[in-house]
Amino acid sequence: MLRYSLRRFLGAIPTLFILIAVAFFMIRLAPGGPFDSEKVLLPEIEANLRATYHLDEPLYRQFARYIGNIVRGDFGPSFQYRDYTVTELIMTGFPVSLRLGGSAMLLALLIGVTAGSIAALSQNTRVDYAVMSASMTGISIPNFVMAPILILIFAVYLGWLPAGGLGDGSLRNLVLPVISLALPQIAYVSRLTRGSMIEVLRSPFIRTAKAQGLPLAKILLRHALKPALLPVVSYIGPATAAVITGSVVIEQIFGVPGLGRFFVQGALNRDYTLVMGVVIFYGVLIIAFNFLVDLAYAWLDPKVKYS
Amino acid sequence: MSSETVAAAVEDLPGRSLWMDAWRVLKRNRAAVVSAVIIGCMAVLVVIGPWFSSYRYDFTDWSNLSIEPSLATGHLFGTDTLGRDLFVRTLYGGRISLMVGIVATLVSLIIGVSYGAIAGYLGGRIDHLMMRIVDILYALPFMFLVILLMVFFGRNIVLIFVAIGAINWLDMARIVRGQTLSLKHKEFVEAAQAQGVPTFAILRRHIVPNLLGVVAVYVTLTIPQVILVESFLSFLGLGVQEPMTSWGALVKDGAEELESAPWLLIFPAAFLAMTLFCFNFLGDGMRDALDPKDR
Repeated sequence: MLRYSLRRFLGAIPTLFILIAVAFFMIRLAPGGPFDSEKVLLPEIEANLRATYHLDEPLYRQFARYIGNIVRGDFGPSFQYRDYTVTELIMTGFPVSLRLGGSAMLLALLIGVTAGSIAALSQNTRVDYAVMSASMTGISIPNFVMAPILILIFAVYLGWLPAGGLGDGSLRNLVLPVISLALPQIAYVSRLTRGSMIEVLRSPFIRTAKAQGLPLAKILLRHALKPALLPVVSYIGPATAAVITGSVVIEQIFGVPGLGRFFVQGALNRDYTLVMGVVIFYGVLIIAFNFLVDLAYAWLDPKVKYS
Repeated sequence: MSSETVAAAVEDLPGRSLWMDAWRVLKRNRAAVVSAVIIGCMAVLVVIGPWFSSYRYDFTDWSNLSIEPSLATGHLFGTDTLGRDLFVRTLYGGRISLMVGIVATLVSLIIGVSYGAIAGYLGGRIDHLMMRIVDILYALPFMFLVILLMVFFGRNIVLIFVAIGAINWLDMARIVRGQTLSLKHKEFVEAAQAQGVPTFAILRRHIVPNLLGVVAVYVTLTIPQVILVESFLSFLGLGVQEPMTSWGALVKDGAEELESAPWLLIFPAAFLAMTLFCFNFLGDGMRDALDPKDR
């Protein structure tokens, strides 16, 4: 287990390195720079600024310097928000994004697994068809389409919920963004659960449990749920990535001050360090999540052993 | 009946190919057939529809700015804030969205099938290395790189095709590799090897044609994904440029005028969702039809 974790950790290094290299050179080779603004700077001032940020050095030196800084945990200062370091900015945005994304993932797992199990138990009945059509709709309507429609219904026409912003940070403000973010994932999770649950319910050990006269609830919770969750667990990795990218638009639509705003704004303003910081942060997050998912897999499936 | 007559009788039976079997199963799946018909109608509509409208997609009708859908004005879906006819713009957006879907899927198809078939067929160390690369790429947050690419290098439609195609080939490569591994020890491949057919020719003539079933299913499921990515980019304002449009761009414009002109959101959103819905249903149906496990 420990050796496996160590190997995975070492395996993540080339992935991260490639990510950093691709993002770094793509940003630097792009036209435009962080000091392009309507206010034209004096050439001497701009030269000084570039020297301060080491932008006058050859590209490979800058890259080596950047990697060196990152290894020491220093993401550098932001070009746009001059008084803040990138780490500080990420730490202000991340808690908001985490609350949004975390609630969406929890909701997706809870509702998805429940709906999928119900559909599996009533396979080929009206309930099953209803759940599956709803889930296909959820997959087909992208969250950035769902979000404005939800705003139109619940904020504009009915006036039940606020259309955007975090307000005082109460739950009311989070309902619509979380639902828009969660709906496609609910759809995927319920389809996966239904498929694997049907398979598990047909297996001999469930038949034995039924023959022994165990109550249905006990069979489901004690015996069927764990093996049926396997495909769902392996979907959590991609789902996390999807929720993170989705939150970039959802945060924009609802005006939620999370990390997504920094990424898009940073890219438009050529805020090199901020964009790199967010990309690396999310990259690490996704890699870490995939690792945790693999560990959970080993716990759920006794056939899988890591050494 | 002697064994010869049985053999003769068997020879007289018309052969049933995988494709004929699949077609029979697919025809019985009503949702898939309806979806295929709707996709066909949608394709015809977006291609020829604009010719029958009296408005151009970039024409500003100054007397009818931001009006509701009505038959009287001839603006079936209403107009946007610039007085442009939403019906024509939705169809034009559909052209772009469908075109991106098909072209980018082709890009990912070509990369994925050749990569997967080569890795699976050559096997050994090359296979190991090629699949390690795929594993590494899998862990990258690609959407972020694509967004950076679009921000920095402009909203070029060719770039959209290549960028989206380039991120979608990974699944295809994995699936194709798996199939190739099981194909390469079949007798007909060994016969070709024994006759000294060059490796590339075996791949092209014997391996790839036998992959078509899996690939067909996967293509149908990739097209909606690609349309989704394109509309995501357009929604962020990074896709096609004005006055051209796509469904994603129209949804973005509609979302901004939500309270004053909800029709600007509803029509393009309905077209986009309907298309994605049908592709997903068709793909599901094809998977059921072409997956021999289910028979």
